[in-house]
Formats: sequence, structure tokens, C-alpha cells
Amino acid sequence: MPIGTILGLVNKENIVKAKIHVTLKNGVLDPQGKAVGHALGSLGFDGVQEVRQGKYIELDLEETDFDKARNNVDSMCRQLLANTVIENYDIEIEV
Amino acid sequence: MKAAVIIFPGSNRERDMVMALKSSLGKPPIEVWHGDIELPKVDLIVLPGGFSYGDYLRSGAMAAHSPIISEVKQQAKRGVHVLGVCNGFQILTETGLLPGALMRNANLKFICKDVHLKLERDDTIFAEGYSINDVIRVPVAHHDGNYFADDETLKMLEDDGRVGFRYCGPDGKIDETNNLNGSRNNIAGIYNKRGTILGMMPHPENAVEKMLGGTGGKPMFDGIFTGLERLLA
Repeated sequence: MPIGTILGLVNKENIVKAKIHVTLKNGVLDPQGKAVGHALGSLGFDGVQEVRQGKYIELDLEETDFDKARNNVDSMCRQLLANTVIENYDIEIEV
Repeated sequence: MKAAVIIFPGSNRERDMVMALKSSLGKPPIEVWHGDIELPKVDLIVLPGGFSYGDYLRSGAMAAHSPIISEVKQQAKRGVHVLGVCNGFQILTETGLLPGALMRNANLKFICKDVHLKLERDDTIFAEGYSINDVIRVPVAHHDGNYFADDETLKMLEDDGRVGFRYCGPDGKIDETNNLNGSRNNIAGIYNKRGTILGMMPHPENAVEKMLGGTGGKPMFDGIFTGLERLLA
């Protein structure tokens, strides 16, 4: 085990940030989004058309290779972070 | 015959399920903690209702990756019968043992009341205490019971006769008025292809005693007993 890990130190240079948007697929009804749309209308915000609600997940990953990081996060999305029966996801990797 | 009830952190109907099983099976099921990695050989596995892991991320999403679930999956694939009620149904869809997903109720409300269900089939151990087209009354208590499957999956479920129960009126009428949570085709419960896995949102275990409001769920547990006894004979 590297000494940095034992000491609980994190080398920021080895970390990338993954930003994940999870959204409902087209054709999947979004009653929560609809309710938010209604509420916006009753607050006087005119012209709001369809509202779709989703999730935003941010995670730090010990990895330097962007492609590897993306593949890794893609697996995470398929296995847990998104339910691909009803949701799409979109991944951004940055330093 | 042996049954097991799997308990997750946040399960809250496991005792009701244990009592219902005990009453029909004649002996209590074993209770298995989600963190266990071994599941004794059983003939029926039940995933009870509740709010496993506080419904974090999505209802059933975290429980679907609990250590015990790989054992449940293996036994299910070998043909062991599995019943998932409410949160248990959500967990079954999240594990992929059943298709589709349970989404937020269309009216966004937590719905807790007695409902009527129509029996769509009676050729499984879960339904052998009933007859096809029976209308039964059992309670629901859920926020995320709105069954969704894409058109292709829905067609497959309907064509293969895999719908077990639909929400209906007291007269058995299946329409939008009696679709309490927005489920596609009023679906309240579905089977896997072999009819060995049932997932349903309503709670049959909460309708097994007159004193507690009704007995609409009692034939399910009695049927499970006679059905399993016959299979094991």
C-alpha cells in the first residue's frame, strides 16, 4: 500500500472528477417534473413548457486516464447509478 | 418445506410477512439478514415490504446489490420460488429478475388504502388459492408503485400472460378510474417467464385475518403451502 494511502493523504493530481446527469428517457412520464411545471406557472412564470426532473451525481475518482475513468463511470451508471429501463445518463470527466 | 424472509435495513413489513407465512405454512420462515452471504436451501424466498436503505437513489436500488442478493438470484435461477411484495417488487425489478420499473405514483401521493385486484391467472403456486377473474381486496401502502415497462416489454408481458394482478373496481372493472398509481395496463403484479417469481405492489400479508380488516390475502399463502407441498411430494 502506498505510504500516502496509509497516511490518508490524497494526491490531487491523481484525481479526476466525474459529473453524471441521470435523466428520464423520452416517453417515460415524469409526474414530478409536471408538478414542478404547474408550480412555476402558479408563481407567474409564463411560457414554461415541459419540465423534466433528473439527478446530478458528482464523484472524485483516483485515475489519470480520462478514457479509463469514463469507462469505469459508465459501468457504475449501468450497474447502479442509473436504471436504464427508465433513465439515460450522461458523463463528463474533468480534472 | 422451508421459507426464508430476507430482511434489509429499512424493511418494515417483515414481521407481517413472517406471521402470514407461519399461519399458512404451519411453521415460521427463517429470517435472513441482507448482509449474510449464505442462504440455506429453501423452497420459497420472500422479499418483504419497507424502505430498504431509505429508498436512497431509487427504491430497491441499493438492496439489489446487498450481499445476499447474489444467492437469491442463484436460487431463483434454479427454480426456487420468489415472492417480492412492495419494496420486494421494487428490488426484484432493480436486480433484473423481473422486467420494468416502479416509478413515483402518478398523483405523487403516498397511497395507503385497501384496493381491489383482479386475478389474471391461477396456474402458479402464488395464485392457486384463487380462481382466474376473482376480485380480491388487499391493502397497498406505497409511494413508488407506478409500474412502467416500454411498449415492447409490455407487449411481451401481455402476450406471454405474465401479468398476475391488475388494479380494478369492486366489480372487477379494469379502467383508468381504478388505476390508483398510474401503472401501465393497471398492472399490480407480474411473473417471470416460468411463473416462479412474483412481484406485486399490494400487501397480501396484511389481509390474512378478519380482525385486521380482511382475508383477501389468505388464499395466497394457503395456496403457496399446498402448491409447494405438491411440488415437493
